[in-house]
Amino acid sequence: MENLELLASEAEKAVDQAADVASLDQVRVEYLGKKGLLTGLLKALGKLSAEERPAAGARINEVKQQVQTKINLRRDNLENMAVEARLAGEAVDVTLPGRGEDVGGLHLITHTMERIESFFTRVGYKVEEGPEIEDDYHNFEALNIPAHHPARAMHDTFYVNENTVLRTHTSPVQVRTMKSQEPPIRIICPGRVYRCDSDLTHTPMFHQVEGLIVDQDVSMADLKGTIDQFLKAFFEADLPVRFRPSYFPFTEPSAEVDIQCTNCRGKGCRICKNTGWLEVMGCGMVHPNVFAHCDVDASKYSGFAFGMGVERLAMLRYGVNDLRLFFDNDMQFLKQF
Amino acid sequence: MKFSESWLREWVTPAIDTTELVAQLTMAGLEVDAVEPVAPAFSGVVVGQIVSVEKHPNADKLRVCQVAGGNEDLVQVVCGAPNAREGLKIPFATVGAKLPDDFNISKAKLRDVESFGMLCAQEELGMGEASDGLWELPVDAPVGTDIREYLSLDDQIIEVDLTPNRGDCLSIRGLARDTGVLNQLPVNEQCCDPVEAKISDSLNVELRAPEACSRYVGRVIRNINVAAESPMWLQEKLRRSGVRSIDPVVDVTNFVMLELGQPMHAFDFAKLEGGIVVRMAEQDETLRLLDGSDVTLSADTLVIADQQKALAMAGIMGGEATAVSSNTRDIFLESAFFNPIAIAGRSRAYGMHTDSSHRFERGVDPLLQEVAVERATKLLLDIVGGEAGPVTMVEAQQHLPQVSDVTLTVARLQQQLGLMLESHLVTDILQRLGLTILKADEQGWTCKVPSWRFDIEIEADLIEEVARIYGYNRLPTATIAAALPIEGIPETRQGLPVLRQQLIARGYQEAITYCFVDPAVQKQLAPDLDALPLANPIASDMSVMRTTLWSGLLPAIRHNLNRQQSRVRLFETGLSFVPGSDGSLLQESMIAGAITGSRAPERWVDNQEEVDFFDIKADVEALLQLGHTHEQYNFVSAEHPALHPGQCARIERNGVLVGYLGQIHPRVQKALDLSQPVFVFEMQLSQVLENELPFFKGVSKFPEVRRDLAIIVDENISADDLCNTVRQNAGEQFVDLKVFDVYQGKGIENNRKSVALGLTFRNSSRTLAEDEINAAVECVLNALEKQYSASLRG
Repeated sequence: MENLELLASEAEKAVDQAADVASLDQVRVEYLGKKGLLTGLLKALGKLSAEERPAAGARINEVKQQVQTKINLRRDNLENMAVEARLAGEAVDVTLPGRGEDVGGLHLITHTMERIESFFTRVGYKVEEGPEIEDDYHNFEALNIPAHHPARAMHDTFYVNENTVLRTHTSPVQVRTMKSQEPPIRIICPGRVYRCDSDLTHTPMFHQVEGLIVDQDVSMADLKGTIDQFLKAFFEADLPVRFRPSYFPFTEPSAEVDIQCTNCRGKGCRICKNTGWLEVMGCGMVHPNVFAHCDVDASKYSGFAFGMGVERLAMLRYGVNDLRLFFDNDMQFLKQF
Repeated sequence: MKFSESWLREWVTPAIDTTELVAQLTMAGLEVDAVEPVAPAFSGVVVGQIVSVEKHPNADKLRVCQVAGGNEDLVQVVCGAPNAREGLKIPFATVGAKLPDDFNISKAKLRDVESFGMLCAQEELGMGEASDGLWELPVDAPVGTDIREYLSLDDQIIEVDLTPNRGDCLSIRGLARDTGVLNQLPVNEQCCDPVEAKISDSLNVELRAPEACSRYVGRVIRNINVAAESPMWLQEKLRRSGVRSIDPVVDVTNFVMLELGQPMHAFDFAKLEGGIVVRMAEQDETLRLLDGSDVTLSADTLVIADQQKALAMAGIMGGEATAVSSNTRDIFLESAFFNPIAIAGRSRAYGMHTDSSHRFERGVDPLLQEVAVERATKLLLDIVGGEAGPVTMVEAQQHLPQVSDVTLTVARLQQQLGLMLESHLVTDILQRLGLTILKADEQGWTCKVPSWRFDIEIEADLIEEVARIYGYNRLPTATIAAALPIEGIPETRQGLPVLRQQLIARGYQEAITYCFVDPAVQKQLAPDLDALPLANPIASDMSVMRTTLWSGLLPAIRHNLNRQQSRVRLFETGLSFVPGSDGSLLQESMIAGAITGSRAPERWVDNQEEVDFFDIKADVEALLQLGHTHEQYNFVSAEHPALHPGQCARIERNGVLVGYLGQIHPRVQKALDLSQPVFVFEMQLSQVLENELPFFKGVSKFPEVRRDLAIIVDENISADDLCNTVRQNAGEQFVDLKVFDVYQGKGIENNRKSVALGLTFRNSSRTLAEDEINAAVECVLNALEKQYSASLRG
């Protein structure tokens, strides 16, 4: 039995020295297998006396168990090392860019229009659209701009023929809506409009969002509140807003809306021509003649309308300094938004 | 309208500075566009007089002048101006003067002759246009007086951008009236007393088109001295309003127009044959105008004529033949009221726009004509002398503008403004505006409108006036309150933003292109359609309305390809304008996309394959899947003039054409100068947005079974045909089908192809038995063999 201690220490040494799972398995077979050295000692128990046999047997099994535990520990160890080695080999450069499609983007004008729409639809305005090639009646006549009215000179109109134009504003949608719906009307009309003018500050096509409310007892105070709240929401700032008397044939009283210059905060700069104010919208109370054209009973209802240039608002909000970039569709520009 | 502040202040004298005045005008709806000083800052310039001129000893072009006006008796100045002459009065910059652009005058030596100061041209003082001569001041200019004081140069030029309804403010008098209203001040009316007739000459005036010209006032003035010079005050007032001084007669008529708002005209009396006839032009009647241009008139144009011929385009421009010239001795002054409708649009139709037409189009006070003639006569007699005849006035009463009374009700005023204004406040505003209150009670006010406020016709006009004078920014501000009923939104109507986001997630950038496009591009893409042309395009390559969004997208793709972008994906939504054969026009919302370049963005791994038909088809399918409608769609091999004949599909929904998909035809690609293949799609937006409501189909707990078949068929059999046959014959347990391989080449006969189909079977209530699947597959194979001679690939 003195052999037992020697074998045990040899076995443990062999376990420690096994470099991988395969050689560890060989060690197991060599000592603990059916023909293993420690198993062999058990077979030799028969040579011992009956009194010695139980204690010796128990001792041998204890050693076997000890070796087995050692082997198990070593196997776990070796397996962990193998996994770690494999994982180490699988390391990637996490700073390399991901694989897959790049994300595109909305055009800044669409983004701005969607944003404007959302302010109004959230409080119950509906979005209405209309044709872009309009007849003279809807674009001018019904909006109280008869033929030869000097206000027609304010609109550099594209003509298709004598009676058909590219709409010069989104206001025809007002007319179409009032003719087809009963008050209360609360609508917002976004869309493309066209004017025959092209220079640094004009493109022949641009975008407007127009709003209209027709209901009982709508007043200029409501109009002022609506515009004021919208502009503060759009610019996310407590911007001073002012209303300046102006003239549009389809509203009366009419007003131009100025905000404090977003560039100089009212101190006066090149952008606001040193006035401290920027003109951003037009608005007014719906003109009785427009109501008459649209068969709205002006003795029962009143209303207001407002209109804004989307490009202008987008330029102010996002600092775009050249209007023409909007329609060049250059990736360098498009990708920025 | 441009005017000098000091001129306005001759008429009304508010105790406010320029900044405040300008703010006040702007906030009253008379928007000030620009304010600039009449002259830039300079000092040390006085009225000088050249007492003697001698040749410069050392220079041919220089003269040595002795000039009076400086501190000492006479000062020697070397001068190069050709008009330097004895006795001339000029602006004299003395030693120590500071001129514009930091130019300081000091003692100098010019070619060895000492010079103490500089004689100035208008331009050197920062005023007027370039010229090579000294500014010749009038003979009565007081020598030694500071020129700024003499010419009142400490003044501003104010430019107001007037809205079309405020024709009454196209004059100093009109602006003064509004300024007076705002500051509660009276207006100092300038002298317009009648000038007594000294001679009896007059001209007969006949109004043959009384609805267009309902009042005509004229006067003969004889023996004028047209060689006289307009006085400096007159020249300066005109200059500050941006009007050039021509001769005293024209200057006076322009002055009266600026001052009172009445455009006038002066004819050379000697050139008139018989009396004046105001009539419509004869069709194609010709006239040479003051500016030397010839016009052929149309019959809707009002003219001033004599017994023989048209003399002038009424209210727009005079004729050359009867214009005042240096030989004129006698003149006939015209001051008329032309109906705005008769003038409006005419000058634009002829491509002309004059100060006169600008005013008549917007309206002129119909009671102003006589006043204007008297004012002009007075000024002319003062400046050019002569004797005036009696004033001739002809009018057609029934065609004069009828001023109706306007009623403003308290209730309406309160409702519109959201404010109860005290009645004395309203009364005061109305009266200050020149309205005569005919009746006032608790209900409201009935007013007579003054002749110059012809824009006030209805109650809303009065409400605006009250609000304007009270101040828009003093009006209350409120938040709209409204009922908030919940309204249904059809769930099957998909929002466009969702589609846009889907394309964006697939790498597309949204583009916005012009709706008017190059007809050459349009013709390439839709040769069968006559795109709608614009009557007045802004450029020839923006002259027809697009019938397809590709007409804008492809040039945008090219723009980027030409700027070092080799991978571009763009989409756009918007209207296409498709003309019908019957002259109708369909304005239809479309969604379109175009892609070119590598399949994936450039990256550090994977080879760079180029996009093909199936990439863009996947994008289209993704849009359709969003609305659960993709099963209603078919892609049918088709022909399209702009697309590759072998890579073009009609997109059909339940058999109805919805759009096209494919590769741009190489011929079109070349014609559009696209450097690489481009794949495109376009669909009717209304179809794509029309969804199906999904409905629950159950979830099976039992396993699904998949069978893969590789079959060989003729190469022209479409995948769709095979799949339809499979679906029809695979039995009730069949749930899904995938085409997972298509192969042609080695091992397959020519003109045949191998198609690998993956069939999935499942039952919701039990596990499927092997033999029922086998039976289904057998059935499919039989049908494929029967219909397409398909054989199983060995």
